[in-house]
Amino acid sequence: MAELKNWKELPIGGVIDKPATAKEYQTGTWRVIRPIYQAENCIHCMFCWLYCPDQAVEIEVVDGKPKMKGFNYYYCKGCGLCANVCPKTNDKLPEEKRAIVMKPETEFQE
Amino acid sequence: MPEVKNRQAVTGAQAIANAMRQINPDVVAAYPITPQTPVVEYFAQYVADGVVDTEMIPVESEHSAMSAVVGAAAAGARAMTATAANGLALMHEIVYIAASSRLPIVMPVANRALSGPINIHCDHSDAMAERDSGWIQLWAENAQEAYDLTLIALRLGEHEDVRLPVMINFDGFIISHGVEVVDFLDDEVVKKFVGEPKVKYPLLDVDNPVTYGPLDLYDYYFEHKRQQIEAMKHVERVYKEIVDEFEKISGRRYDIFDKYMVDDAEYIMIALGSTAGTIKYTVDLLREQGHKVGIVKPWVFRPFLKKELQEVLNGRKAVIVLDRSASFGAEAPLYEAVKSALFNVENKPLIGSYVYGLGGRDIKVEYIKQAFEDAFAGNLNPDEERYLGLRE
Ligand code: SF4
Ligand code: SF4
Repeated sequence: MAELKNWKELPIGGVIDKPATAKEYQTGTWRVIRPIYQAENCIHCMFCWLYCPDQAVEIEVVDGKPKMKGFNYYYCKGCGLCANVCPKTNDKLPEEKRAIVMKPETEFQE
Repeated sequence: MPEVKNRQAVTGAQAIANAMRQINPDVVAAYPITPQTPVVEYFAQYVADGVVDTEMIPVESEHSAMSAVVGAAAAGARAMTATAANGLALMHEIVYIAASSRLPIVMPVANRALSGPINIHCDHSDAMAERDSGWIQLWAENAQEAYDLTLIALRLGEHEDVRLPVMINFDGFIISHGVEVVDFLDDEVVKKFVGEPKVKYPLLDVDNPVTYGPLDLYDYYFEHKRQQIEAMKHVERVYKEIVDEFEKISGRRYDIFDKYMVDDAEYIMIALGSTAGTIKYTVDLLREQGHKVGIVKPWVFRPFLKKELQEVLNGRKAVIVLDRSASFGAEAPLYEAVKSALFNVENKPLIGSYVYGLGGRDIKVEYIKQAFEDAFAGNLNPDEERYLGLRE
């Protein structure tokens, strides 16, 4: 989160005077459950990438084809949409067969 | 005194429409409502005749009219609308957004009673309901002032240190439909006075993209409100600069307050709008009888610039405030503002509140005399609201 400005420093009228300021917004601080990527089960269909509301799914292009790489936890707010739309993830599959496993954030706290 | 070249007998509505023609705004969006209708009607004729370049948007409601001018102003256009009474009330949500988004929209309001019961005649309840919306409010006494203040409003709102919307209040029917002599400025003089639109953060500047109206929660909303408070503080200085300039081109002087016969006055009446004319006439009559009376009329009501008022009222025997709207369960708006301004005055005058003229009830010379006579007799009670022209 960017430093909070005082009233003399801010643009007037609630105007945001430059584009793409959402990049500075660490939506990852909202997260209470975390998606864990299990690459061995992924078919790289890009559903998670398409549906993620915070563009927190990272991909790369290999030989002209997109490949799922993992999650960006700076932005991932833990909504679980990716796991919900993933064709290789559902409740009936044992966890080790899923491409995405949702885990409580408490498991990652020091 | 500049030469008068263009003197005409017109209604207040015509005078304002002519000001709008001379301003030649980029966008006008409006919806007709009595008694504002002729303003838009005359202006629509200018659009149809091709004498202005304005994009005229006929909308389906006042809520849409204000929304359209908010969009236009955010895009960087010089945008105007006009309304009255329930139309203004229907705009309310967006009226607040226009000010909060710091868009210098200019809007003449033909003051009319708010329903219900339904009434189309003059009172000030419409504008008073918007007095905390963050708009600058200018108040005209007659058609000439309505014309002049429309031109002044445009400059004031667009000023870099202000960036606020401005409402020009002119009494419905009394000013909007009454025919008076008005001295118009030359088109070229007005064009030079208003200049090119001064824009800030225009949406149409695609090389510098900006966002208007984003979510603004507990982390920033308060700061943005503080900025609006600050902008209102700049109005006094900027207004004075602009009216000085306006005096040079017109010979007509506008201060924060119009002061008539106040220099030696012991009793001062304060009122907004057209009633000030009747009070001036009554002041003349009472002066003939040896009474030291005067009137102060705010040309600027929001912001309420009390410093000058405090200086004027300090040490007078009595101050009588006339309100053309009520604040149910509290003191009437103008009275409340004047009374609170007097708190820090060294020699406080006696003060009294009179509500008059609701729903267009006529205000007669005898009523004004009656209020003055209460003051002469020392019969004023600061905590009592009285009524002029009401059947008790
Ligand atoms: S949990 Fe939500 S925010 Fe996080 S990667 Fe999945 S879809 Fe995106
Ligand atoms: S939706 Fe599932 S299978 Fe498809 S790319 Fe994302 S993780 Fe892989």
